[in-house]
Order: sequence, then C-alpha cells, then structure tokens
Amino acid sequence: MLTILIDGIAYGMLLFVMASGLAVTLGLMNFVNLAHGAFAMIGGYVTALTMNRMGLPFLATLPLAFLVPALVGMLAERTLYARMYRRSHLEQVLFSIALVFMAMAAADWLLGSSQMLITLPGWLQGRFEIAGIAIGRYRAFLILVCAALVIGLQLLLSRTRFGARLRAAVDDQRAARGLGINVGGIFALTFATGSGLAGLGGALGIEIMGLDPTFPLKILVYVLIVVTIGGTATLTGPFLAALIIGTADVAGKYYIPELGAFLIYLLMIVLLILRPQGLIAPAR
Amino acid sequence: MQRRNLLLGAVLAASTALAGLPALAEGTPFKVGLILPMTGPFASTGRQIEAAARLYVAEHGDEVAGRKIELIVKDDASVADSTKRLAQELIVRDKVGALAGFGLTPLAMATAPLSTRAKMPTVVMAAATSSVTESSPYVVRTSYTTPQVTSKIAEWAAKEGMKRVVTVVSDYGPGIDAEKTFVATFGAAGGEVPETLRLPLQNPDFSPFLQKVADAKPDAVFVFVPSGVGAQFMKQFVERGLDKSGIKLLADGGITDDDILNGMGDPALAAITGFHYSAAHDSPANKAFVEAFQKANPGMRPNFMAVGGYDGMHAIYAALEKTGGDSDGDKVIAAMKGLSWESPRGPVSIDPETRDIVQNVYLRRVERQGDQLWNVEFETFEAVKDPGK
Amino acid sequence: MTDTFLSATPPAPIRQRAARDLTRRARWKPAEILFWLCAAASFFLLPDQHLLLSEIVILGLFALSLDLIIGYAGVVTLGHGAFFGLGAYVAGLTSIHLTAEPLTGLALAALAAAALGLATGPLLLLRASDLTRLMVTLGVAMLLYEAANKASWLTGGADGLQGVMIDPLLGRFEFDLFGTTAYGYCLIVTFVLTLIARRIVTSPYGLSLRAIRDNALRARSMGIPVGPRLLAIYAFSALIAGIAGALLTQTTMFVSLDVLAFHRSADVLLVLVLGGVGYLYGGLIGAVAFKLLQDWFSALTPQYWMFWMGLVLLVVVLIGRDRIQTLPRTLMRRLHAEGRA
Repeated sequence: MLTILIDGIAYGMLLFVMASGLAVTLGLMNFVNLAHGAFAMIGGYVTALTMNRMGLPFLATLPLAFLVPALVGMLAERTLYARMYRRSHLEQVLFSIALVFMAMAAADWLLGSSQMLITLPGWLQGRFEIAGIAIGRYRAFLILVCAALVIGLQLLLSRTRFGARLRAAVDDQRAARGLGINVGGIFALTFATGSGLAGLGGALGIEIMGLDPTFPLKILVYVLIVVTIGGTATLTGPFLAALIIGTADVAGKYYIPELGAFLIYLLMIVLLILRPQGLIAPAR
Repeated sequence: MQRRNLLLGAVLAASTALAGLPALAEGTPFKVGLILPMTGPFASTGRQIEAAARLYVAEHGDEVAGRKIELIVKDDASVADSTKRLAQELIVRDKVGALAGFGLTPLAMATAPLSTRAKMPTVVMAAATSSVTESSPYVVRTSYTTPQVTSKIAEWAAKEGMKRVVTVVSDYGPGIDAEKTFVATFGAAGGEVPETLRLPLQNPDFSPFLQKVADAKPDAVFVFVPSGVGAQFMKQFVERGLDKSGIKLLADGGITDDDILNGMGDPALAAITGFHYSAAHDSPANKAFVEAFQKANPGMRPNFMAVGGYDGMHAIYAALEKTGGDSDGDKVIAAMKGLSWESPRGPVSIDPETRDIVQNVYLRRVERQGDQLWNVEFETFEAVKDPGK
Repeated sequence: MTDTFLSATPPAPIRQRAARDLTRRARWKPAEILFWLCAAASFFLLPDQHLLLSEIVILGLFALSLDLIIGYAGVVTLGHGAFFGLGAYVAGLTSIHLTAEPLTGLALAALAAAALGLATGPLLLLRASDLTRLMVTLGVAMLLYEAANKASWLTGGADGLQGVMIDPLLGRFEFDLFGTTAYGYCLIVTFVLTLIARRIVTSPYGLSLRAIRDNALRARSMGIPVGPRLLAIYAFSALIAGIAGALLTQTTMFVSLDVLAFHRSADVLLVLVLGGVGYLYGGLIGAVAFKLLQDWFSALTPQYWMFWMGLVLLVVVLIGRDRIQTLPRTLMRRLHAEGRA
C-alpha cells in the first residue's frame, strides 16, 4: 500500500520536473510552448549518449542534461521564440508543433528510431526496506532530487532579485523596462531554466518512461494535464497536480485496473469542472 | 446474398478496370510497394524491414525471371487510412506487382479488402495477429503469429512444472491474442492463471502492475508488450526484486528485441523468452545474414522484423521464379503457397491452406557473450503451425 | 460592428446599415467562385490523384467544422477528433448492421456526432481559460478512444472494424479503386456543407456568434443568449465533423482506432491554423497545402519528411502568413479581445 504511494509520488515528482518549465512559460510568459517535450528529449539524449558513448557516470550527466537543453532553449528563445510572444495562442501552437516535428525527425536522423536505454549505477538499482515498506532506490532518489528542485525553484522565484524582476517583467513589461530591467534577458533566462528543467526531467525519466524520438509527443499530454489542473498562476498548483495525477494514476492502475487509462482523463475532467482555473487560481 | 453480389460486382469492376491498364508483362519491372511505419512510435519496425528487404535485393540481384525488381517505400506512420490510401495509389498509379510490409495488424486489415479486390499478392512482414491471413485470400505472412509463439511458451511452462502464472499484456489486439492463447494452453496443461493484467498501451510506468504481480506470488509471469516497451518492463521487474523472489519472467521474444537488447543491460538476463528468430541462431545461413546486415547497416543488429522482411522478399522472388516472371496475382499467390526454404531463422514454409508461415519456435534465455547480450536458444519446437486457426 | 447591437431596437438607419452589411457579407466573392471552379476542375483534370484529393477534402471539411467554433465562436478545442471518430464508427457500424446505403450512414453519423456535441457542449461553457477548454475537450476525446478500445465486441478494438462494405452511391456509382466516385462524393458533400455553413455564418445568428467571440460579456449584456448560441454552433460543428468521419469510413471502407487518436485532433488544428481561422476557407486551403506538402516530402524522404514539414510550417508562421492572407484583421480582433478580457 505505502509502496504504491511512494511509487506514485516519485512518478508525480518526475511529471512535475518536466511540467514546471511549461508552467513557467505558459503562466508567467503567456506562451503556449508545445515544444516543451523536445527539450526534455534533448536532456534525455544528452544523458543517454554521455553515459553510453563517453562512459560518464549517471550523476555527472545530470548537470549536462540541464545545461545543454538550457543553452539550446536560450538560443531558440532569442532567435525564434522572441518573435512569437505577441502572436495569438493559435499561432504559437502551430509554431511550437513545427518545432516538435523538426526535433523528432532530427533525433531520428541523428540517433535512430529505437529506444535509447541506460544502465543505472548499482547504488540506484534494486530496493531497500524501511519498517517493512519496500522502496525502490531509484524512486527514493527521484523524490529527493525533485523535492530539492521544487524548493530551489520556489526560493528562486519568491526570494531572489531575479524572481522579483521576472514577476515585475510579467506583470507590466513597459513599467519594468522603464525601471531599467532587461526584460528580454530575463525572459531568455527564464526560458532557458524552463528548458533545462525539462531536460533534467527527460534524463531522470529515461528509466521510467523510456526515450525515443517520439518522446516529445508522448509526454506532451501528461505535462499539459499537470499544468492545466494545477493552474498556471503558481508553481505550487502544478506541483500538487503532479502529485495527484501521479498517485492517482499508479493507485488507480493497482486497485482498479479495469478502469485503465480512463482514470487519468476522468480525473482531469472532474477536477477542471470543479476548478476551471486550476487548483490554485490566479489571485486577481 | 445481396452483399455477396455486390462484392462480386466490385471485384468484377475492379478487374475490368485493371485490365485496362498497360499489360503487366515480361520485361517490364516488377514493383514491390513496401508500406511501412517509417515515422512515429513504430519507426524502428519500418527501418529494420526496409534494411532487410534492400539487403535481400542487393544479395540476390534485382532481376528475377527476366523481371527487374523495384522497391517503392512508403511511410504510413502506422495510421490505417494512410496505409489503405497508399496501397490503393501503389496499385492504380504505380502499378505494383505486390504489396508488402504492414507494421501492425489494423494496417494489414485495412488493406486486405483492397488486395482481394485487385487480386494483389500482399506479403505481411510484421503484423502478428492470427486473423490477418484470413482477411483476404491474397495475404501471405512471413513474420509470425502471436499464438504460434505463446502456445509453445505455455506448453513449456507447464512442462517445467509451473503451476501458477500471472499474465501481463498490453491492451491491444496482439496482447489480448497472447493472453487468450496463454490462458487456454496453460489451462489445458493443468496450470492456473490467477490473474490476467492488461496494460494501457500508452503507459509510462509499470509499477502498479508489477506490484500486483508481486502480491499474487505466482511461479512465473507471462508478458506480452510491444518491443521497445519491454526494456522498461524488465528493468522495473528487476528493480522491484521480483527476479530474486523466485518469480520467473516468461515472455514473447519482442521483449528482448535484438535491435535494442544490448542497451538493456543485466535486467534482460532475467527473461526466458519464446520466439521464432534470434540473431544468435546457430546456422550458417543466419551467420551470413547477420554479418551482411550489420555491414550494410552499421550499428544495427537485425531483429525479428528484419528477418520477416528478408523472408518476405524471398517469398516474392521464389514465387516469381516459379511463375516464370508472370505477375498475375492468382498465379503468384498459388506459387507462394507451399514454398519452403532455409531462412536465417531456420527451416520455414508457407502453409498452403492458411498462407501463414510454419516455422520453428525456440525458447531462449539472454546470455552475455563478450560485451554483448544475445538471445541464446536452448529448446526447439519444430515446424509449428499457427494454432489460432 | 458590435455597436449595432448596443440597443435592443436600433434606429432605422442603423438597421439598414446592418442589413446592407449582411448582404455584402453574403455576396459571393470572385476568389470563392474560383476556388470551387478549381475544385471541380481537379476532378476532371487529375484522375490520378483522386485518392489523395479525397483525403484532402475530408481533412478540409473536418478543419472547416473546427473553424466554425474556433474562428467564428472563439472556442478552442483539442478534442474535435471525438466527433470525427464517432461519425466514422457510426458510418461503419451502419453499413455492417443496418444498411450499406451511403447516404443513410452519412445522416446517422451526422446525428450521432451532433448529439455528442450537444451532450459535451456544456463543458465548454465553463468559465475557463483556453487551456482548460483545450484539455477538457482533449479529455473527452481520449475517453472515447479508450471506450472504443475496450468495446472491441462492437468496434473491433485495436484491430479495427472489419467488413465495412458500401453500396454504390445512389445505386449507380460504384466506389471504384481509383477513388473517382469517392472523390466526387466527398467533393459534393463538402460543397453542400460549405454552402450551409456559409449561410449560417453570414446570417444574423453568425454575427451574434462573432459578437460573443469578441466579447462574451458585452454580448450577454446586449441580450444575446450566449450559452444556447454557442451550444448550437458547437453541435453543428460536431455534425460536420461527424460527416467528415463518415466520409472517411465510406471511402476507405475501414475504421480503426486511430480515427479517435490524439493526432487526429492535433492535425486538424494544425491544418486550420495553417490555412487561417475565421474565414471559412482556411480549413480547406490548409488541408490542401498540408497534405500536398506531406505527400511530396514523404515521397522524397519517407523517414524524415517531418523535418521538412516542420521547417515549412515554421517559416510560414514566422514570416509570410500575415501578408498572404486576410488574417491580420481577425488576429487584431482576437488580440484586442484578449487584451480587454
């Protein structure tokens, strides 16, 4: 029973790491970036390639899995995304789907269409027991890493100068500019962080969700569900949503397998009917 | 009754329409329309089959009985209505002599009525649901059928003294096929299946299902999932310590797909699989095939899809040889019936009754040889027919 | 334009102006006539391409149905595939269990899809953001997909529905291998439905939809019954999507689960946005452009066509489209609406 709960939490945490970047771009920058999964895929491939071809240890690849997509994200933001901020949501959808198409085909061309696999270090394999509850080591690791990320993010946004500037830039671009805040730079950094987080999520998720060129589309729906249920006003919302979806999905499949894939969609619809603005609605 | 007349009318209309086309005669090229998923989640299927088909043509020359063989590859992204449209275009516009490929069952099923209507020899190189060959008298299969392999796994499990086995299958046609076959065969042999679990096809996390398996404490678990997903399954199986708790992992060989087996690492060692082809099959024909395949496609190891494509091309070549280059649909299909040859997977033949492949089914375990993992065969069931029909 | 609605009984000059405005909108433009002439010509001049053309027209009709709610009512959805898929299955099941006569199947599919539209429409009336609507509609479509997968006794499950046979059209025109009958059939159905849709969007009712799209709050205060009107157009849009699905079933004589799959809903949105929303022909034009490009690229490179497709879409979005089409006006209006909301 508790094992199931922990599995669910680990899964939810993973979803959150992948979704957090999207929540930021969507909520703070008001940009519908369906190509978010492509950055997650880049992170995944960075980890898989550096481990399999260069023999780096798993932990050492994780910073790379953050940095590379972040750099790619920043580049894409400056060259492409920046032009799209003022467009309608529908055009942003078309734009980002076009990016997904290209990313999927490029990954296929560069790395082949089969599943990319990694072998975790020994200390992350298997499971251990606390008070009779068996816990997978990797899942415990996921929970720890993701929890640290969540706290770090929250602090970054609420306590630092960067966070304050970002919020100012989002609330009123013109006023922020007037105050001497480099809005473009802040957006680029934010976007890069979001992409980096997605990449990290992709890298951490290889073991659980697999990795192949269709990855961006595969996780898109899940990530969107998390962000929508959570609402885009805060990061706490998506975090709660990710935990709910994660545990509900795992527990649902365990206790009522007949419901199968129905559960997650039913849950989403019900939650959205109850709270159309997301779990944590905008303050205004 | 009326339906029958209509069908007849349709066939007549189609054949008169086709008669108006330029005669498919001696000297003109014989085109093979290869419809495969080249993009999307099943792209690796398409990639393997295309590579193997091209290899066959490269090895055996592109001319048979005076006809030049041309391959036309089309991507259907595993969407059935695209498959059907592409097939139709290949028939009426490109005037192919045979259709081949078909990554998934619904793709083959969508095309079958067309094959009947146009009397088009259709070689199914991948789709594995038993009923595919029943969908049209012009369909021949060179891959395998799920029941063919699963029934032998179940027989073997019973023979080894296993009493309780839980099944875990993906919730789609072939998975359900496998579940039914296993439950029936294993039950008939005196075994018990206390639980049958079905995984949603889009399922990123297996943990709840594996927990259920652990709770049931069976002798073994039988698994059928699409290749690619299998790696995750085995990893989580081992992560959960199920292998150490004495539960054996039995599976259809798709789970230890040769294409990606090397990346799976030690968790794959837990699996005992039944299948019709292993790249490690010990025969001169297979050694030559694997070597040539890897030479032409660096970094790829041929898997069961590749051998399906390779043998599919062989069926087309051999049939044309028999008809002396005549590409009349009925004659080609008649020539394919009863063909038998030595394939890289071992001796195979085409059942003249069902047009389905008859082949050996092997039980294998994964072994490390040098720095590579291989599916090593340890038991053979000879000349197995599809029990589903 | 919205000012026309400000008072319940506008003075005579304004009423005249409104009437004139309506007639002007309803008048056929030369470009429209040209479009349909081209469509008719393609039937006679491109006999080799009828199969691809049928697929284009079906996708175009489907995108047109989406345009009615996105472009004219301002409601975004990512679950339109639900109606398409339902129509496809109803048409298939009708031919197996009831009658193989195509027009009956078409009508039943339309009715079923419209009923589903009426049933799920209220979900869209939630006070919610675009994103919420996208996801709720997506959720409905995915539920339907799973239901069709589970109900394999009825739908054939993942193997697809077998044994769909369609009688000759009107008892005379056999659905041939070259797709000629199919194309003619699709083209005529699409033309008729476009006429109806055109009639609707240029009517006062269509204008009231635009008012709702531009500012639902103001529309309500002017006395426009927002809920029922949105529901009506949603059901009508669902009906057309159902017909598009039925056309697919009848021309391919096969139904499989992927008529309900996510990519179906996503593709159609892509096609519509590519062609441009809010002027009725966007869906058809988008479908022509999208499918031709896809066919061309995937013939060149079956493995990597998505890359080139993506590149073209990217370039189209980044530059040209505004200049090519009449979109800016619609867009500006949308932006304004969003700015004011």
